[in-house]
Amino acid sequence: MKPIIRVENLSKRYRLGAQQKLYSTLRESLTDAVRAPFRSFRGSGDGPKNSFWALKDINFEVNPGEVVGIIGRNGAGKSTLLKILSRITEPTVGKIELYGRVGSLLEVGTGFHPELTGRENIFLNGAILGMRREEIAKKFDEIVDFAEVEQFLDTPVKHYSSGMYMRLAFAVAANLEPEVLVVDEVLAVGDAEFQKKCLGKMSQVARAGRTVLFVSHNMVAVKNLCERAIYLQRGKIMLDAEVKSTVDYYLQQGIDSLAERKWAESEMPGNNVLRVKRVAVYGADKQPNEAILTTDNVIIETEFYNNLDNANLDITWDLTDNQGTHVAHIGMVCSPGKAMKKGYYRTCGVFPRNIFNTKKYILSLMFGLNQREVAYRMEDALIFDVEDDLRRGNNFSQFPGVIHPICEWQTTFLA
Amino acid sequence: MNSIGESPAIINPAQLAEQLELANAGNQPQLPEKPLVVIEPSRSWVALNLRDLWHYRDLLYILTQRDVKIRYKQTILGAAWAIIQPLLTMLIFTVFFGSIAGLSSDNVPYPLFAYAGLLPWTFFSNALTNSGNSLVGNSNLITKVYFPRMVIPIASVGSGLVDFGIAFILLIGLMIYYATGFSLSLLMLPVLVVLTATLAIGIGMWMSALNVKYRDIRYALPFLIQLGMFASGIITPIPEKWRFLLFLNPLAAQIAAYRAAIFGKSFDWVALGVSATLTFIVLIYSAYNFRRMEKSFADVV
Repeated sequence: MKPIIRVENLSKRYRLGAQQKLYSTLRESLTDAVRAPFRSFRGSGDGPKNSFWALKDINFEVNPGEVVGIIGRNGAGKSTLLKILSRITEPTVGKIELYGRVGSLLEVGTGFHPELTGRENIFLNGAILGMRREEIAKKFDEIVDFAEVEQFLDTPVKHYSSGMYMRLAFAVAANLEPEVLVVDEVLAVGDAEFQKKCLGKMSQVARAGRTVLFVSHNMVAVKNLCERAIYLQRGKIMLDAEVKSTVDYYLQQGIDSLAERKWAESEMPGNNVLRVKRVAVYGADKQPNEAILTTDNVIIETEFYNNLDNANLDITWDLTDNQGTHVAHIGMVCSPGKAMKKGYYRTCGVFPRNIFNTKKYILSLMFGLNQREVAYRMEDALIFDVEDDLRRGNNFSQFPGVIHPICEWQTTFLA
Repeated sequence: MNSIGESPAIINPAQLAEQLELANAGNQPQLPEKPLVVIEPSRSWVALNLRDLWHYRDLLYILTQRDVKIRYKQTILGAAWAIIQPLLTMLIFTVFFGSIAGLSSDNVPYPLFAYAGLLPWTFFSNALTNSGNSLVGNSNLITKVYFPRMVIPIASVGSGLVDFGIAFILLIGLMIYYATGFSLSLLMLPVLVVLTATLAIGIGMWMSALNVKYRDIRYALPFLIQLGMFASGIITPIPEKWRFLLFLNPLAAQIAAYRAAIFGKSFDWVALGVSATLTFIVLIYSAYNFRRMEKSFADVV
């Protein structure tokens, strides 16, 4: 079959530091030019040290009517790929041939203006997404229907509830009729009812024989929607296969995390009180290189040399999530009521299952002496991702919140 | 316990696959022989891609409309601001330059002379300021969705035309008050407005692209605009011995032409011709520059 999307040797290079320094001033460019007059403006700072490849040699084809999931951890290049496909940014090398109109939903509500009414925003947003005015007018009722905002059509959207806002935004985008629909999971916001609607709309799009590229962290949604999945890691395609095998492979990988760290005798971090030999985090009955699921008991292990005789050591875990929210501060005395002699020790602690949310967590370690002074501190000792099991259901993205425990529920008939 | 979250929303994969197969069997879109779009690194020589711009003409219209609608939202005086700006400037000019300094005004009452220059000048300088800052101000659009980026600076010039129209009403009032009469040369005004708008688009587009990379533009632009007012003969007509200014500064010739049209005097066709030529050179030059710089907007803005 003839593909509708053909991606050939696609690579994208970003300059490092572009995150911190968003724009340059004229003076800097001028001084650069004066300092190195024979180096061209564009060539400056493009050396291997100053840049990295967000995507490298990507090749794949998508046939019409296929629904393809794109999975990978944060920073794997998924968003960059979507941005190039949607022509927001250009590739550095390679090319993509598109044999159909591409509609991308990278973020709903792009270009919504708070001062304009719902009606005006529908036309504005539609035009931004490349629709002609007649096209929008034709779809207008359908959009309003889907968004359920009839009564508020002539109210400025700044007075909308966030739910109404999202519904309207998604409705405009979803009623665009491209041959290829590119969907990022960030669009999956709003309540369960609305998410159900979004998913329904997407499978409807797929059923109509149109092609869908779907980026998500939710393996359940990917498995349900897609026939095929592409697994990206550090800008490269690790696996491009039938959805189940790709997802399974992805879940087996513990990469991008610091789940286990070991040091040689001569390089052990620490001081004259103690030296750390190894730290690791893993799901019970698993290896540190396997993904940790929310249903796993999570074991945190520390091996260290105690250099003191008669030491009274304690260990504190400081757990934060990847947004820096402090999740927990948990301390334990290594050997309660008994002094520790010099030697090699291992401490294990277990986080019970069904507590973590599906996100990245960072664990810092602190060793204390006599429960009074800090003996040694190890910032960001372990970084690990917790993956979902079936609990996430049809929630596209992750649940909000730093943890997602399972609670014991009971409803009793009272009267 | 694990059933929590498994709402009925879950789609049965088998069912879905079946539906997909059914649907796909007889529902293949006809693919074109040649790709609709080829995405690749752009070469240094870029096409203007005007067809793309034409396809998005509705966006241009709607963005202009948006800018007009939101400009005077949450203001008490609203669209009256479009008149207040040139009117107050005219009064100040009349007091300082007309009465105190006694500058020449081509035998036209000084207030009318000043207003006839300030009207296009206010349009031009606002259009230039708005479009110079337009790309940076719309960064949320640029990083999220594709459309020809040129639409943004052009739309912000277009929305200034409405202000121009409002301020024009006062000019008619002044012309009646001073009984200057209406001549046929007024018919040149639409042509002049198109020229001035084109010039504003040309310079504004270029500035907006530079502004994405060099935020210096934001500070330099107001200053340059201020200088431009002195070099364009707004305050007093450009003296005959400095006539070369009319050839160097396309706006100066246009301002002179506005006055000629309004006061029914003869046009300096040579200066106007040079001005029009320069205007289109600037437009084309900056359009090409814009296209060249455009590819990095999303990464830099």
